[in-house]
Amino acid sequence: MTLLGHLSLWLAFLVGLWGAITGFVGGAQKRPDLQQSSRHAAFALCVALLLAVIALEVAIFRHDFSVAYVASRTSRNLPTFYLWSALYSGQEGSLLFWAAVLSIFGALVQVLTGRRHRVYLPYVAAVTSLVATFFVSVMLFAANPFQRLPFTPLDGNGMNPQLQNPGMVFHPPMLYLGYISITVPFAFAIGALLSKKLDAEWLVAVRKWTIVSWLFLSIGLLIGMWWAYVELGWGGYWAWDPVENAALLPWLVLTAFLHSVMVQEKRGMLKKWNLALVLGAFVLSIFGTFITRSGVIASVHSFTQSNVGYFFLGFLIFITVASFTLYAKRLPLLEADARLESMVSREASFLFNNLLLIGLAFSVLWGTLFPILSEWARGTKITVGPPFFNQVNIPLGLALLLLTGIGPLIAWRRASVPNLQRQFAVPATTGVFVLLILLVAGMRDVGALLAFGIGGFVLATVVQEFARGARARHRQYNEPVPLALVNLLSRNRRRYGGYIVHVAIVLLFGAFAGMAFKTETQATLRPGETATLKGPDGHEYAFTHLGISQYNALNRQVTAALVDVKRDGKAIGRMRTEKRQHVDALGRPTFEPSTEVGIKSGLRVDLYVVLAGLVNGTEQAVFRFTINPLVWWVWFGGFVLVLGGLIVLWPGGAPLAVKSGGPRAQGGYGVKLEPETAGRSEVGLRP
Amino acid sequence: MSDRREFIAAVGAFFLTGRPAGRPSGRLQEPDRVYDPSRAGRPREVTTAADNDAAIQGIEKQLKCSCGCGLDIYTCRTTDFTCTYSPALHKEVVRLAEQGKTSQQIIDEFVAQYGEAVLMAPPRRGFNLAGYFVPSILIIIAAIFLVRVLQRWTRQAELARANVAPDAPPPADASPAELERLRDELDRLPG
Repeated sequence: MTLLGHLSLWLAFLVGLWGAITGFVGGAQKRPDLQQSSRHAAFALCVALLLAVIALEVAIFRHDFSVAYVASRTSRNLPTFYLWSALYSGQEGSLLFWAAVLSIFGALVQVLTGRRHRVYLPYVAAVTSLVATFFVSVMLFAANPFQRLPFTPLDGNGMNPQLQNPGMVFHPPMLYLGYISITVPFAFAIGALLSKKLDAEWLVAVRKWTIVSWLFLSIGLLIGMWWAYVELGWGGYWAWDPVENAALLPWLVLTAFLHSVMVQEKRGMLKKWNLALVLGAFVLSIFGTFITRSGVIASVHSFTQSNVGYFFLGFLIFITVASFTLYAKRLPLLEADARLESMVSREASFLFNNLLLIGLAFSVLWGTLFPILSEWARGTKITVGPPFFNQVNIPLGLALLLLTGIGPLIAWRRASVPNLQRQFAVPATTGVFVLLILLVAGMRDVGALLAFGIGGFVLATVVQEFARGARARHRQYNEPVPLALVNLLSRNRRRYGGYIVHVAIVLLFGAFAGMAFKTETQATLRPGETATLKGPDGHEYAFTHLGISQYNALNRQVTAALVDVKRDGKAIGRMRTEKRQHVDALGRPTFEPSTEVGIKSGLRVDLYVVLAGLVNGTEQAVFRFTINPLVWWVWFGGFVLVLGGLIVLWPGGAPLAVKSGGPRAQGGYGVKLEPETAGRSEVGLRP
Repeated sequence: MSDRREFIAAVGAFFLTGRPAGRPSGRLQEPDRVYDPSRAGRPREVTTAADNDAAIQGIEKQLKCSCGCGLDIYTCRTTDFTCTYSPALHKEVVRLAEQGKTSQQIIDEFVAQYGEAVLMAPPRRGFNLAGYFVPSILIIIAAIFLVRVLQRWTRQAELARANVAPDAPPPADASPAELERLRDELDRLPG
């Protein structure tokens, strides 16, 4: 099977090259035969790479330790669940996974793209094939997953214990799906640039794909945060690690695009900007891959250093220069159709939103690369850790949160003073009210105060928008309010799904702010002894060490500590934290003992217990007890974020309106101004 | 099922050996000694007051562990229990604090010994100022540029309105207030 896998890689390499050449030439010369060939090549590439994936999975499941990748990443006693994830737990396998998923996207886009966007497809096939071929060539010439060992070990090294966590089964593929799917909008953008068809059509073709990328990146980031929290044991979920930053960059740029694309659709503006954002998002996704795989910046996430980094650096330079040179050549064709009517308009607010999102992305990129810059400029190594990022990025994040609330309140084209007063009155009052309540309650952390105050303002804007929309439907169709809300959401998925995402952002910011109040202590306890810790929720928690037990599990030897927990003297349950010594099938230790955290999660606080170790081999144990406020809301906020994204993505609802010189489509609704009664305006909605 | 078996085995072992099952007699050197201490990682020392001292923690959070983990000393010593560097660096911090040195003096001593890279955030001087202020300055410049562009676009739109062709359709027969309401209603439409 490994021979089949190796041959499949070579086949994929040749087919990919063919697909790229025929796609570019067929598109440029408008030759249907070559265009058809590039389409077929996209399917053949997919088949070849799936065969390679199957070959590697078969080697993993058969414990074929003659394959270096299988021997270095798995062992005979590795649970089946993790045998699946072994495919992408190492450098070589994850490259194969990446190329295979990209080829699936490449084939899917050929099947799913509608007739009116077919003009871009040869170029799309060419770009997806070219990118996949690059990944295949990295495997063939630098990191072959089918590389054989000169001997066959009895058992493999096993999987890194920190990767033996459900979060790690889902986090990498979700993040990869996000990264990889950005190739599709990028390919359409290149297609639009090469074909010179730079009207809004290509935007229509890529909008869903960008939401798909954004959604997968969001899920990947959130599961990664969850994994860091439950597995790494430091009690947090975001550490501004270079690889985390690298994943955040395309997410920020895509978020900017999802806002600015609305301005182009509605007003025909920002053509240059939107195209640049799509190109930039893809370049950043390759930059992230370079950071992760080159080892150029020290990171806990990095794969081992190898010459793979040079391949990615070369590819990064090539795609950046090629795509932006092409972009520069086409700039004269990208003049905007419309002009701005007022500085106080939603268009302008979206532009400032974009400024902050891209500013934030630049700030994160700058901080990530600054150690390298410093070394180049001064020859001095420096560290840029969380204190730096927090200082620079928290103010930007808060400003962005504020704009999340301001944007939806300002009308398109032009907002008048009475309109602004009416729109802002309730949300602004709510924000100030929240701020005052917290001040009176004794909160003095400025960052947290601002986060909660602005959060209150943004939540109120969303509630106001839902309330007004539901009231309008209620008046127009006599729908009960709950039904009106459901219909409002289902018929305006993009707009109201977006508002739900805004709610999620507020929840996430609130939860992040909560971490400013975490408390922790270390204690050495004999069985029966108790440590107490005052929580930020005002309660006193008592942790009583009940004892240590040791036992064997499938692929590990476990040392478990049981802790009894009381809140203000009242028992609330028991927590368990472990040390795990992983062993291979022959009982030999494979890694240093790892720590499993005990977590008791609640709406207000999470209790977080870590067994640091034992004193003199006795049951006297050293613990770290941490009380983390509002962490549950990070996961709930993440759930709401994904829900909002899915609502936006779900097919149906109002048809897409695109400003392309002609009048704006009205999404299946008409407007009728009716006489104003009792100081209220009526919305005449006709389905 | 396994619980019942374990129970029967434990009872049998107790009657045969007089000791609880699961604890080989040869290893019971102390009443609370665990079966195999090596499974629980590196032995730990008893927690001291300095381990929980907020001032010590504050210093350690500004200093990077030298094991290559990228974490600060405090986070590393309370998270990565396989690390041998962070406990030693912690002791160094405690030793210096016990000598009566201030936080800044301790940090300076670490910088003198390990270089600037030991700091979790670069000091605000010289080239490092670029690290702190370049993003903010660029954002401010971009914001000024954006405002000017928006002003230009707004002026162009006003000019375009002023130069409406004579054969253009007549303007809507509506008062400014009505037009404002229309804009509001249009704004509430989907998309």
